[in-house]
Amino acid sequence: MNVTLTKAELADLLFEQVGLNKREAKDMVEGFFEEIRTALERGDSVKLSGFGNFQLRDKPQRPGRNPKTGEEIPITARRVVTFHASQKLKAAVEELSDASKQP
Amino acid sequence: MTKSELIAQLAARFPQLVAKDADYAVKMILDAMTDALARGDRIEIRGFGSFALNYRPPRTGRNPKSGDKVHVPEKYVPHFKAGKELRERVDIGG
Repeated sequence: MNVTLTKAELADLLFEQVGLNKREAKDMVEGFFEEIRTALERGDSVKLSGFGNFQLRDKPQRPGRNPKTGEEIPITARRVVTFHASQKLKAAVEELSDASKQP
Repeated sequence: MTKSELIAQLAARFPQLVAKDADYAVKMILDAMTDALARGDRIEIRGFGSFALNYRPPRTGRNPKSGDKVHVPEKYVPHFKAGKELRERVDIGG
């Protein structure tokens, strides 16, 4: 049975395992993701050893098309976030070749 | 920003907590995320993004040195998709 991990479950974990109160646990989870967003927004990459790296890529403008009308419209230049999993995370996930666990 | 810088930022954000709590919390969050993906679960963080697994079917690869054919078994690879808020905040002039 596949489920989805969300901020609520992470906060519960910090409440149960770290002993933060409910409010602190919720704020800590929110703060964790907000600090990563802030660093990326500044243009910094974020390296979380054992998990992976969040990096920024600058994409130039390229031609695109409205799939509905077929009309050509340029896709503007943009900066995007990419995530590269660490070897440790890749190894943990790779073992999951059992069809019953297929996401 | 590295993991230890992230921990320091969080410790500064929560002066009422001991520094060790931020350290422990960050490790616990990352472990929980790793474990979820290792189980085949998805991770969905509103405003940040989602992590899921992509399937790579088995294929025949080649040893680039010797040119020998090698069987590469099927596997899963982690994939991150940035959420709307993160996409907008990171984009230049967005």
